[in-house]
Amino acid sequence: MKPRSKRMMLVGGGVVLLVAAVALVLSAFQQNMVFFHTPSDVMEGKAPRGKTFRIGGLVESGSLQREADGFTVRFAITDTAQTIPVSYKGTLPDLFKEGKGAVVQGSLGPDGQFRATEVLAKHDENYMPPEAAHALEQAQKTADTVSQ
Amino acid sequence: MASGSIDQDNRMNPSPRGPSVLRFAAPQNFYPLAGRLAPWFAVTAAVLTLIGLWLAFFVAPVDATQGNVYRVIFIHVPAAWMSMFIYLVMAFWSAVGLVMNTRLSFVMSQALAPTGAMFCFVALWTGALWGRPTWGAYWVWDARLTSQLLLLFLYFGFIALTRAIEDPRRGDRAGAIIALVGAVNVPVIYFSVKWWNTLHQGASVSLTKAPSMASTMLMGMLVLAFASWAYTLAVTLWRVRPMILERERHTEWVGAVLDREGGRK
Repeated sequence: MKPRSKRMMLVGGGVVLLVAAVALVLSAFQQNMVFFHTPSDVMEGKAPRGKTFRIGGLVESGSLQREADGFTVRFAITDTAQTIPVSYKGTLPDLFKEGKGAVVQGSLGPDGQFRATEVLAKHDENYMPPEAAHALEQAQKTADTVSQ
Repeated sequence: MASGSIDQDNRMNPSPRGPSVLRFAAPQNFYPLAGRLAPWFAVTAAVLTLIGLWLAFFVAPVDATQGNVYRVIFIHVPAAWMSMFIYLVMAFWSAVGLVMNTRLSFVMSQALAPTGAMFCFVALWTGALWGRPTWGAYWVWDARLTSQLLLLFLYFGFIALTRAIEDPRRGDRAGAIIALVGAVNVPVIYFSVKWWNTLHQGASVSLTKAPSMASTMLMGMLVLAFASWAYTLAVTLWRVRPMILERERHTEWVGAVLDREGGRK
């Protein structure tokens, strides 16, 4: 074999082995690589118990309530299959809205309430001018009315 | 610049191996070519940057949910693309150098590294500035952000290692191995938002689906992406020239170049 093809085999083989190793490591750490768990994961008991973890999903429409102290907020995080009630003391990020994505960090109480210590808004990959967003909203409303 | 006279010498003494593109793999042919191309890429980069920034700040509409903060993407996304792409190009040149034993390949990958590190830093920094008002945090340890930070450390490691080893041949090899090993991280960065739950949103622009952003926004971003390509080419070609001279300083052609350029001053 020519030395050049031998070196090519060595470099190529090395890279292939490395990719395989990394793929195995990443799939082994699959659970730790996730930034948040979905409400369905939590209901199935896949989320860590008695430890701090994060739940991600949509803020359920109509669930956001402010307590009388003006500081505590209650809302529900849903992945449309399962819903988890959350309570949080503090300021919410600007993009936090009902019907939009959010990630909350905290722990699950024995009563099934999630006590959040941090709330992050999750933005989606859609970028559009306000007119387009308005048009989409109108179209959605029309569709809803028609289906009713 | 003295490159004009060198170009002419070159045209008068074409490489005996013929007119193939491969003759530019020889440092004495690539040196004048780099000097001749770099200004063109620099001008292209400047023009595209001006057009891109104009599109980004005056033409593109405000985003419906984020307001004006979203305009960070015009810098953030091209920088992040470049930081990943440059690392892949470095890995490619490293593999070519290891397999073919070509002198220029390692120099190319080392000339690219500082620009890649710069883009990587810019992507992380602008991302943090955007994250605070939108997510509510400068930094989170999700898979996308963490793997991009790892990319920055790989760049630093590559630069430090290739400069720390005195013997250029050993330094080249050590750097090439970091470049090849680290290249595995690039697809992890790119697909992290698909493979795992991350706070970072998914790709708005990809080859497999229609872009999920308004077309004037997309235009600005693409123009700035091309500007960063041209910028990268220009600075890399300029950076590679003194590196070639240093590597080849014992050869006759470098002596001739130095005599000529020294005589000009």
